[in-house]
Amino acid sequence: MSQAIANDSAMSRRMQEKGMFAFLRLSAWFNVAVLAAVCLYLCYNGLPVISLEFLTEAPRNMMTEGGIFPCIVGTAILALGALIIAFPLGVASAIYLNEYAGKTRMAGIIRLGVNNLAGVPSVVFGLFGLSFFVTFLGFGVSILSGVLTLAVLTLPVIISTAEEALRSVPDTYREASLALGAGKAQTIARVVIPSALPGMLTGAILGVARAAGETAAIMFTAAVFFTPKNPTSIFDSVMCLPYHIYVLCTAGTEIDKTRPLQFGTAIVLIVLVLGMNMIALVVRDRLQQKH
Amino acid sequence: MGAFAPWSGITLFSGNLMSNRLFKEKMVERSLFFTALISLLALAGIVIFLFMEGMPLFAHYSLTDFFFGELWYPAEDPGVFGILPLITGSLAVTLLSSVLAIPLGVLPAIYLNEIAHSNTRRILKPFIELLAALPSVVLGFLGMVVLAPFIQSAFGADTGLNLLNAALVLTVMTVPNICSISEDALHAVPNSLREGSLALGATKWQTIVRVVVPAAVSGIGTAIMLGMSRAIGETMVVLMCAGGAGIIPDSLFTPIRPMPASIAAEMAEAPFGSDHYHALFAIGIVLFVFTFIFNIVAYRIAAKHRQVGTSSL
Repeated sequence: MSQAIANDSAMSRRMQEKGMFAFLRLSAWFNVAVLAAVCLYLCYNGLPVISLEFLTEAPRNMMTEGGIFPCIVGTAILALGALIIAFPLGVASAIYLNEYAGKTRMAGIIRLGVNNLAGVPSVVFGLFGLSFFVTFLGFGVSILSGVLTLAVLTLPVIISTAEEALRSVPDTYREASLALGAGKAQTIARVVIPSALPGMLTGAILGVARAAGETAAIMFTAAVFFTPKNPTSIFDSVMCLPYHIYVLCTAGTEIDKTRPLQFGTAIVLIVLVLGMNMIALVVRDRLQQKH
Repeated sequence: MGAFAPWSGITLFSGNLMSNRLFKEKMVERSLFFTALISLLALAGIVIFLFMEGMPLFAHYSLTDFFFGELWYPAEDPGVFGILPLITGSLAVTLLSSVLAIPLGVLPAIYLNEIAHSNTRRILKPFIELLAALPSVVLGFLGMVVLAPFIQSAFGADTGLNLLNAALVLTVMTVPNICSISEDALHAVPNSLREGSLALGATKWQTIVRVVVPAAVSGIGTAIMLGMSRAIGETMVVLMCAGGAGIIPDSLFTPIRPMPASIAAEMAEAPFGSDHYHALFAIGIVLFVFTFIFNIVAYRIAAKHRQVGTSSL
């Protein structure tokens, strides 16, 4: 009798467990489904718009025709420019934190600063860029202001990935190099950085992707809805993919007419951003397999 | 650092190679240290410039009217800058999206770390990270184009751009963040705890609920706080999907104007140096303080309640 009850409760416990596990599995796949739905919906509506003309020409006829070439150029300039500034600074900061400061009080304070910088909303970066770079330093709404704002914004991403990459370099490498008589700086430059480089580059790619998809930080500092000429100096303002999507679908009287262009622009942006993220993920996966 | 004499390598007649090298080492360390300070400088710069541009408003506008005023008419003369509807809008959309995003983020993390086969995990995890990488402007765009007409027809709302819409899109944005940080927290729970529980006769499910999740709860708390910080500061989604009406929400279908939306929408039309311009920076200060508190709390949780086991967040 009691045996039967015990069996019974073990059975129901197993049933409960099965049910919960199924529910958890469902919750995980739900996320994948959302991503798939977003991508498929965009492709379904946007792919018909994508053509060579769309990718290589400027907008025409009050933005209702033509392509988005200037936006692609603008986004590329801003994102790469931000990387060129933020990558060396970020890597140097990470080297200091991981190789020199370790667990000192100063390192703790700097890490707290990095973490909080990572949590600052992008619109606040935009306000900072507007008041500091655009107004105070007098750079105006320009590539330079946008690049500097985005560099500050991507800095925490690059620092934390670079620090992680440095942490994953085994101490035996450092010890072997020091034992051979190399100095600390030499060890870092010749041994530690080369083996941490792939991980750092992953961070760089993630940083570019983040900068390319950013809207709120550049809407007061670099981006304009329309400019007839291609940028020739760092003091010119530019058109950008994310801002282009935002303006096309919120402002103006032709919102419905430009709907296909909005989808097309969104696809180009998604392919750029997700493509870079995928590369980063593959690189990281390879690295994890290696270690 | 410590005491360090820049002349040590130069003035010695022996041209001592060793001290020359030490000097170089010190220079490298110094310059790396000053570079590392740039994050702190940037953070300080943000605070200084927000206050510099935001505080002038309070020279002739009272703090109480600013925080508790229920009307936001910035373009009138004189402007009325009550941000209570903006703050409540931000809080409402953040809370609503958190209610949805916490289970949707934590449950998959448990699945990935405790139940899924390692191959499944290797496939699923990148997808969730890609979801985190979706640009907010694209999600906002889909909120406008897909979700808004749906909400309007399904619930008979006056407009599809409202609190519910923005909260749903924000949920999509914050779920992957909450998920990956929670997963790290669960991953850090040592296996000995699981094995001990299983050895005592507990089922896998009991082990998860009574042992693993409680052991990782501080890390999950950090994940949730960081997710909420992300949600309250997110701009494009609330700018495009929330409706933009400066009213205190009283239902799921009220169009609202959270703080970031107000800043982003009005900065272009606020004349430089006007009260309106300063008021938008003052909102920036409030927003910064909110996210700063969320972040500090998140890292406090992580630091105070050190996770069981060797590793921590």
